[in-house]
Amino acid sequence: MSNETEIANQAMEEATTEEQQEMQDKVVSPEKAEEAKLKARYPHLGTKPGGSDLLRKRLQKGQKYFDSGDYNMAKAKMKNKQLPSATAEKTEITGDHIPTPQDLPQRKPSLVASKLAV
Amino acid sequence: YIGAGGGANDVQWCFSQVKGAIDDDVAEADIISTVEFNHSGELLATGDKGGRVVIFQQDTENKSLPQCRSEYNVYSTFQSHEPEFDYLKSLEIEEKINKIRWLPQKNAAQFLLSTNDKTIKLWKISERDKRPEGYNLKEEDGRCRDSTTITTLRVPVFRPMDLMVEASPRRVFANAHTYHINSISVNSDNETYLSADDLRVNLWHLEITDRSFNIVDIKPANMEELTEVITAAEFHPHQCNTFVYSSSKGTIRMCDMRASALCDKHSKLFEEPEDPSNRSFFSEIISSISDVKFSHSGRYMMTRDYLSVKIWDLNMENRPVETYQVHEYLRSKLCSLYENDCIFDKFECCWNGNDSVVMTGSYNNFFRMLERTQRRDITLEASRESSKARQVLKPRRVCAGGKRKKDEISVDSLDFNKKILHTAWHPQENIIAVATTNNLYIFQEKVN
Repeated sequence: MSNETEIANQAMEEATTEEQQEMQDKVVSPEKAEEAKLKARYPHLGTKPGGSDLLRKRLQKGQKYFDSGDYNMAKAKMKNKQLPSATAEKTEITGDHIPTPQDLPQRKPSLVASKLAV
Repeated sequence: YIGAGGGANDVQWCFSQVKGAIDDDVAEADIISTVEFNHSGELLATGDKGGRVVIFQQDTENKSLPQCRSEYNVYSTFQSHEPEFDYLKSLEIEEKINKIRWLPQKNAAQFLLSTNDKTIKLWKISERDKRPEGYNLKEEDGRCRDSTTITTLRVPVFRPMDLMVEASPRRVFANAHTYHINSISVNSDNETYLSADDLRVNLWHLEITDRSFNIVDIKPANMEELTEVITAAEFHPHQCNTFVYSSSKGTIRMCDMRASALCDKHSKLFEEPEDPSNRSFFSEIISSISDVKFSHSGRYMMTRDYLSVKIWDLNMENRPVETYQVHEYLRSKLCSLYENDCIFDKFECCWNGNDSVVMTGSYNNFFRMLERTQRRDITLEASRESSKARQVLKPRRVCAGGKRKKDEISVDSLDFNKKILHTAWHPQENIIAVATTNNLYIFQEKVN
């Protein structure tokens, strides 16, 4: 085969592979389709999802409180949730509320048995 | 119908019992977070988000009669962990029980390890069925006897009493984990155990609480360089020097503790090559391994990632020997599963007694059994509707798209809030424990 034909054949082969790749891309995998959907909804989403941002969020799992007083306030609020409170208009601003003895939870909350053990 | 026998001994699964409240309003504390049979299968432990442990005991009275199925009844329950507050970081430490692992039984008492995010505790569960009576210096109710009125001496004797099961904390292994503990595993040497958090694995001696050896540390010097975290770890069932840990990138590293004190260099790395053209935003997230379990034989290990279960031959690192799709139909829902955080759900998996079948959970209170020899699989459901005594479970089918057949449920109708993350298989019998959000279902093999 002459050089020219060889080169032409090679070019044709490459073109065919490229075409094939294009065809494959058009038949998009469900995963890639989902990715496109996500990128459309959140265009600013980083390209490295498994990167340190996601991992660091995972490492820091657990609700952060301003301080232990804030923590105890939140616990007390949860416990008093069932009781209709006249002072419910108090807004939940961290650090604004100075706890009074009535706000502090009991030293040891009553332990409720698991419903599996009934 | 799938079970331990495989092949000719097809197993039909029947409802046996369900534990927990029926009401739909689930308190957070009641969410079941771990389920584990002990080594004989006689005891079944559950842990919940409220830090409580409930242990059920198999009723062995009627076991000899083939028609009677043994039931699990409450044996003991106790508060294992309580919520704490980390004053240094102003972070709440959840009391949720992440894992329970039983120690092999050495004497009359039973021992288990339970852990939350930061602290591991060794609990002793013992029975008391007799008590001493006839003391000389005190009455039966405890009041002191007036010594001047005592004219004769008697020898106190043990008299039977109603069975009392007591749980007492024998060891507290604290302050060894900066990050959240995801696994504990008792070594086959019955003396040590490991605990793993996101970045480190520690080795403990069961008798020693003030010291622990760090055996794996993947924390980078600069946290900006963090690329993966440890997701699970387990000791080999027979080789006391061998353990594995899995990562959020889908790899499993096997380490040999004889090689060096710090096992940062693995002896084997199990990783399936990925086709780079298939890579998407979700690839790494769904490849994260949520659970790793050695087979009872010690020849294989199983890993669970978001969409599949893989069985690895410990002698072959470059790819798993078997791959089973758990719910492949979710691949075209990854976008919404990312948005509602379900893509981060951590499903566990387990082997049956003779390693012929593996089981794992899914959504809509479905769970899957994957039979290895004949590559068959079945989807079953844990629901109150199928909870009549000895009712045989019907296989479920999910319709991925197109025309939905009569008994099928379409992917869009699946309830993603009903997840089965924790399942356990009795070590010898065809009895399984399946945890829905707040209920524990026990299913058994149909006995004709």
